[in-house]
Amino acid sequence: MSSVLETRGLTMRFGGVTAVDTVDFNLQRKELRCLIGPNGAGKSTFFKCLTGQLKPSDGQVFIDGAETTGWDPHQVARLGVGIKTQVPSVMDGLSVRENIWLAANRTHGREQARHRAADAIERLDLGTIANSEVGRLSHGERQRVELGIVIAGEPWLILLDEPAAGMTAEEVDRMADIIVDLNREAAIIIVEHDMQFIRSIARKVTVFSQGRILMEDDVDAVMQDQQVRDVYLGKKA
Amino acid sequence: MVGGEFRKTLAVIVVAFVAMLIGPSLIDSYTLTVLIIYGMLALSLGLIWGYGGILCFGQAVFFGLGAYSYAIAATNIGESTVPFLLGIAIPFAFAFLLGAMMFYGRLSDVYLGVITLVVTLIFYKFVNSTAGPEYVIGNARLGGFNGIPGFQTLNVPGDPGAYIYDIDFYYFCGVALLVVYALVRWLLASPFGRVAVAIRENEQRVELMGYDVRFRKTVLFAVGGAIAGLSGTLFASWAEIVTPGMFSLAQSAEIIIWCIVGGLGTLVGPVVGAMALAYLKFLLGQQSLVDTTLVFGLILVLSVLFLPRGVVPTLGLLGRKRRGGGSSRRRAGRGRSGRGRRAMQEDAAKEGADV
Ligand SMILES: Nc1ncnc2c1ncn2[C@@H]1O[C@H](COP(=O)(O)OP(=O)(O)OP(=O)(O)O)[C@@H](O)[C@H]1O
Ligand SMILES: [Mg+2]
Repeated sequence: MSSVLETRGLTMRFGGVTAVDTVDFNLQRKELRCLIGPNGAGKSTFFKCLTGQLKPSDGQVFIDGAETTGWDPHQVARLGVGIKTQVPSVMDGLSVRENIWLAANRTHGREQARHRAADAIERLDLGTIANSEVGRLSHGERQRVELGIVIAGEPWLILLDEPAAGMTAEEVDRMADIIVDLNREAAIIIVEHDMQFIRSIARKVTVFSQGRILMEDDVDAVMQDQQVRDVYLGKKA
Repeated sequence: MVGGEFRKTLAVIVVAFVAMLIGPSLIDSYTLTVLIIYGMLALSLGLIWGYGGILCFGQAVFFGLGAYSYAIAATNIGESTVPFLLGIAIPFAFAFLLGAMMFYGRLSDVYLGVITLVVTLIFYKFVNSTAGPEYVIGNARLGGFNGIPGFQTLNVPGDPGAYIYDIDFYYFCGVALLVVYALVRWLLASPFGRVAVAIRENEQRVELMGYDVRFRKTVLFAVGGAIAGLSGTLFASWAEIVTPGMFSLAQSAEIIIWCIVGGLGTLVGPVVGAMALAYLKFLLGQQSLVDTTLVFGLILVLSVLFLPRGVVPTLGLLGRKRRGGGSSRRRAGRGRSGRGRRAMQEDAAKEGADV
């Protein structure tokens, strides 16, 4: 009963393409899970079905025991679910501080939100660029701003779609630390391609392939698996 | 930041107030009054379009609805206080319903444009067709293309004999515009306004933060409707007649042009744009040498080409440059004329030409 996220037969079809195919998925409270799979495996689509950005063609989603299938994104978010999308979704014309304040202001008054935003800015080391327009920042910085937005919403379930993409090695390390830190309070699912990165943070890994769950196991077991190597690692190596 | 905005708003109000006092010595107050009314109408679209990212092709609907609500109620009631309030409330309610339908239906921006356009046409056609004696509301005949004349114009609340007219009405409209401006500034500085701007910037992200975007857009749209309705109400008292032309597409288009030329992403821009262009139209109307529509088309094209941000934001930028402000840190590659309106608004907001 400590499952905070469950999908049963979750399916998403786009015309002839079945991007997510009868996925049964389970996540425990405060678990840190990695989701891997080749391009087009359906990882981002899976996330969008969880957050309500897409209405699944079939199957069910349960978040914290409540069925949320077909809910709107803002309703899912209000449960305490935060998502960092694959393409950074931020407010380009506003300052970093305003971006993060807006997220905190959803549940806190103006002043409280200001403090929360300041905390998130410090935690993500965004202090020097806090008053810059987000549209002027580098990709890596925008990724961090988006993470700041997610954190400021104080979610207990966090979905991160390729959070380390486009970052420098140093930024990736820092991102790993932040994620481990966040994991103390929240369950997290991370989509990542960077194996090094995955090894450094995750225990359990779920492998997606063509919309289905190919395998779900310990990091090392997954890395060793021949099937996984064929669909994914083999191609990369 | 917040203190700075407050001071800017105060400065605008003081300057505008002085201009209001000086105005009648330059242009007759009757003409000035309608310029102010148009300024308020432009402000209503400047708010929802420039700050909410909602391009409405039918802002004239709320203008006309306000005017007709006032005229019909004033014919029936006599004393103007309730009609005045209805002239704001009815467009507000109608905009709320129309907005809810569009935003909860998740219409794309293009369809939003189409629907507001069609609603304008429907109102125009319908009101035009109400010439027959069967179209009455209480004592008020809708009158079709003849419109409704002869209703009670604005009076001092509680005293139907004490008309507010001429120079008093001019000051009344001027102060009303300033009050509306101050209220809208306050709204934009409030969390509601900040979220509205965030929705303009990235609707998806605001939803993912847990805000109900549909509801917020609906409310903003309705506020715009109420302001347009107020300007229609004032227009009715000014013209002492309301006609279907108020609902026309031409009227809607004109509001859009005022906003574009004056400058989106600001409030002063649309107001100034409306006043300047409406006055120009008035002057052009007194001669028959050049065609008014042609001149307006030319102004629109020239302004989009050479002042893509609109007049007021551009002036704001120049002022900042002169004072050695940091507007040179503009990102490279953001060309001028080829860019979308949205990017321009963002720039205007960024550069703090946000008045
Ligand atoms: N809105 C859409 N309409 C049609 N097809 C889509 C849509 N979104 C995704 N797809 C298709 O669904 C499949 C899964 O896409 P998805 O983006 O979920 O993959 P992914 O695992 O996130 O890949 P990547 O690692 O490249 O991000 C792809 O074949 C993609 O083309
Ligand atoms: Mg993806």
